[in-house]
Amino acid sequence: MIDHDVLQRVIAAALRTGAEFAEVYAEDKRSSAAHLDDGKVEEVTSGRDRGAGLRVVSGETTGYAHTADLSETGLLAAAEAAAAAARKGGGGANIVALSRRDVRPVNTIEVFPETVGKARKVELLKRADAAARAAGGAIVQVSAGYGDSRKRILVANSDGLLVEDDQVRTLFRVTAVASGDAGMQTGYESVGHTVGFELFERIDVERVAAEAARRALVKLGARPAPSGSMPVVIKAGSGGVLFHEACGHGLEADLVAKGASVYRGRVGELVAAPNVTLVDDGTMTAEWGAIAIDDEGHLSQRNVLIQDGVLTDYMWDFLRARKEGRPQSGNGRRQSYQHLPMVRMTNTFVLDGTDEPDDIVRATDKGVYVAQLGGGSVNTATGDFVFGMTEAYLIENGEITDPIREGNLIGNGPAVLRDIDLLGNDFAMGNPGTCGKDGQGVPVGDGQPTLRVKAMTIGGTAA
Amino acid sequence: MSELLELASRLADRAAPGEQVEVFVGREHETSVRVYEGDVEHFTSAQTEGAGIRVVRDGRTGFAYTGVLDERSLDECLAEARDNVAFGEVDEWSGLPEPDGVAPVELDLWRDSLLAVPTDRKIELALELERLTLAQDPRVVVQGSDYSDVWAEVAVASSTGVRSATRETACYVYVETMAVDGDDTQTGWAFSVGRDPSGLDAERTAREGAAKATRMLGATKPASRRLTVVLDPFVTAQLLGVLSSTLNGEAVLKGRSFFADRVGEEVAAPLVTLVDDATNPLAFTAAAVDGEGLATRPNALIADGVLRGFVHSSYSGRRSGAASTGNAVRGSYKSSPGCGCLALQLAPGTKSQAELVAAVDDGLLVQTVQGLHSGVNPVSGDFSTGAEGLLISNGTLGAPVRELTIASTLQRMLLDVVDIGGDVEWLPMEAAGVSLVIRDITMSGA
Repeated sequence: MIDHDVLQRVIAAALRTGAEFAEVYAEDKRSSAAHLDDGKVEEVTSGRDRGAGLRVVSGETTGYAHTADLSETGLLAAAEAAAAAARKGGGGANIVALSRRDVRPVNTIEVFPETVGKARKVELLKRADAAARAAGGAIVQVSAGYGDSRKRILVANSDGLLVEDDQVRTLFRVTAVASGDAGMQTGYESVGHTVGFELFERIDVERVAAEAARRALVKLGARPAPSGSMPVVIKAGSGGVLFHEACGHGLEADLVAKGASVYRGRVGELVAAPNVTLVDDGTMTAEWGAIAIDDEGHLSQRNVLIQDGVLTDYMWDFLRARKEGRPQSGNGRRQSYQHLPMVRMTNTFVLDGTDEPDDIVRATDKGVYVAQLGGGSVNTATGDFVFGMTEAYLIENGEITDPIREGNLIGNGPAVLRDIDLLGNDFAMGNPGTCGKDGQGVPVGDGQPTLRVKAMTIGGTAA
Repeated sequence: MSELLELASRLADRAAPGEQVEVFVGREHETSVRVYEGDVEHFTSAQTEGAGIRVVRDGRTGFAYTGVLDERSLDECLAEARDNVAFGEVDEWSGLPEPDGVAPVELDLWRDSLLAVPTDRKIELALELERLTLAQDPRVVVQGSDYSDVWAEVAVASSTGVRSATRETACYVYVETMAVDGDDTQTGWAFSVGRDPSGLDAERTAREGAAKATRMLGATKPASRRLTVVLDPFVTAQLLGVLSSTLNGEAVLKGRSFFADRVGEEVAAPLVTLVDDATNPLAFTAAAVDGEGLATRPNALIADGVLRGFVHSSYSGRRSGAASTGNAVRGSYKSSPGCGCLALQLAPGTKSQAELVAAVDDGLLVQTVQGLHSGVNPVSGDFSTGAEGLLISNGTLGAPVRELTIASTLQRMLLDVVDIGGDVEWLPMEAAGVSLVIRDITMSGA
């Protein structure tokens, strides 16, 4: 993407004001998307994003500038701007020798998306539309989206690092609207992996569509959700977002350092039920949050965050790791070259327990069974977090009964982690997600076995 | 003609016979500073630019964008958009808008003074806000204090005759706070926006940021029950943002709005009047033209509780047999225009928030909501969101409460509006804030 010599000169220029660290992050991304709505393929879209971000660190101050101009002139101008922002008196130019580090890809791409004709991508949408509508006469609207991207990134820094990666992602999603006597309901399903077009040899778009339609149809007969505190059983592979919010964000070292986490100073302590082991794993082949390197050039890795209920470590990026004098953990990520990296999750999941999923439901007298979670969010300083339920049922006398309408659940992270009293043996990963933090979105994955939380507050309207 | 409009026009003029080409070009310069504990934590400066090209031919539409504005990239972008046309399906209502004779209002959204603010002054503004906030209360900790500014230029040109170029400046300061008292930690935030730094109010921002966090200290989880809520202006603006998709002409046409077929009916309490008006210069999202380059205009959506109509882009206008209401929206050059509200405002009442609270027997002043994206479905109308705030009993603000949800349906909430405050706040959102009282909301807690 950028010549070795140019990179060296740009890094030298960035260090000219006396900074201790300088970094070039360059990306060249091509994406294509197709969207079907209202029975028609509305539009096929192609995009090109290319540019570089220059980061200069001096003491506690980071200077950042980005440019879409990848020529030496453009990069030098950005280096000057970033260096000026992080100036520290003197200093001199010193050329840093860059040595290229090889990267082992997280998985092999079989069919790069740009080699596939647009007609084949569009065809998938039409099949999904037909399948969703065939699911029932009450399905009144369907929208479907296909998206792929290929992002080549390069990271070079004043520690001599030079590393490149080629990141491919493919996504397919369907939303169906069903209409009945009590109004309209929606159903959603999506599949996304860090693979190419071979995704569609492994998944069946008709099944994705039928699943979205089924969810909308089920909810036509839904009762208002209960209001108040009760046991919640979460189906395997539907609710990893629970851990993403309940503790994942709170284990990000940048938030911990500012005291904005309820998990601050608790490494080595029991923070969850003893059956809970929580892992963040950027190496997980083909999962949505899988990366060979993070956006600071660090190799991705598997990090155990909670082992048997005990907090073992936080997640780290370059800045926080440097400050604490410890290794990075491969969690320095950014949305694009226009953004500063920060501590982010990759694929976050809870390992299997020993309970049979059916027994978990049977053991519950009265509660809620959540079969699909929507998004969520957390206030890491208080630990309060919410997540939405987009397919859920009542549990009555140990059996799953009536569907209930959508709503949020709210809980407090540390309390909910301690209240996980049953943990299944049926681990599954969930749908692809986009995690937002400080205005930046990055792709993440999550997963968990079927589990029960003793008590959470359901935000419905029924007494 | 501005440089960007020239670029856009030149490309749009390359439309072949039987082809329509629209070019949207944007360029932004931005600076953002965050300070923490008296030091600059990060300072970012950047220019971003890009073009989005929409091509329509024989009822089919294709789109492509590029974040690089050199000749080669623009040529490639136009070629990609043309290539993409073949894969869209024929839609008899597709097509670019033609100029509709409505003249854009003159809006003064640009301040040369913003461009002249030196870097040190920007850093000082963030440092000053941090100092002022910390001085409010010894229990207050600042997680970050920010100054950001942007100056942006946009041009739209099409082969159907649209030519528009606009520019604006904006800046804000923002503080994120915690109040710490022993084991108890609560959070708050506040901001102030302006077209240039003279419009910023650091004193008020510091006061609000500190008060939001400190008044939550000691918050507990309340007992579940039905009560009346008083929404803070910011929360009302968020609620209107969710409601806006039900008033979107495209959602109506595609059967995704529960308001379809209800024009002329009473859908809200009689005191509810809602307009979308991007020509109002007070609105932070004020704009003289929409995402397709047509003039924006005031659109009455709900008048005295009665549904009056919807907002339209050129596509949804044509398809519904009406016309564009100047409501094409686009997030950036990376997307083709959709349809949406630009600057919603509830007609205000006369009371202060304190007067509204004084009229409530058993209620909740909602300071913050959490999870609007996960617990609210604008298609079904189901509304459920995490919240925190202060209980109201017999007209008096009382104990802080958290880890609770408030729930109803959007349909019912509109009908259950009891009062609207006179405290309009212009926020950096597509809706203005105002205190709003809604009865019969389910609060779920312990």
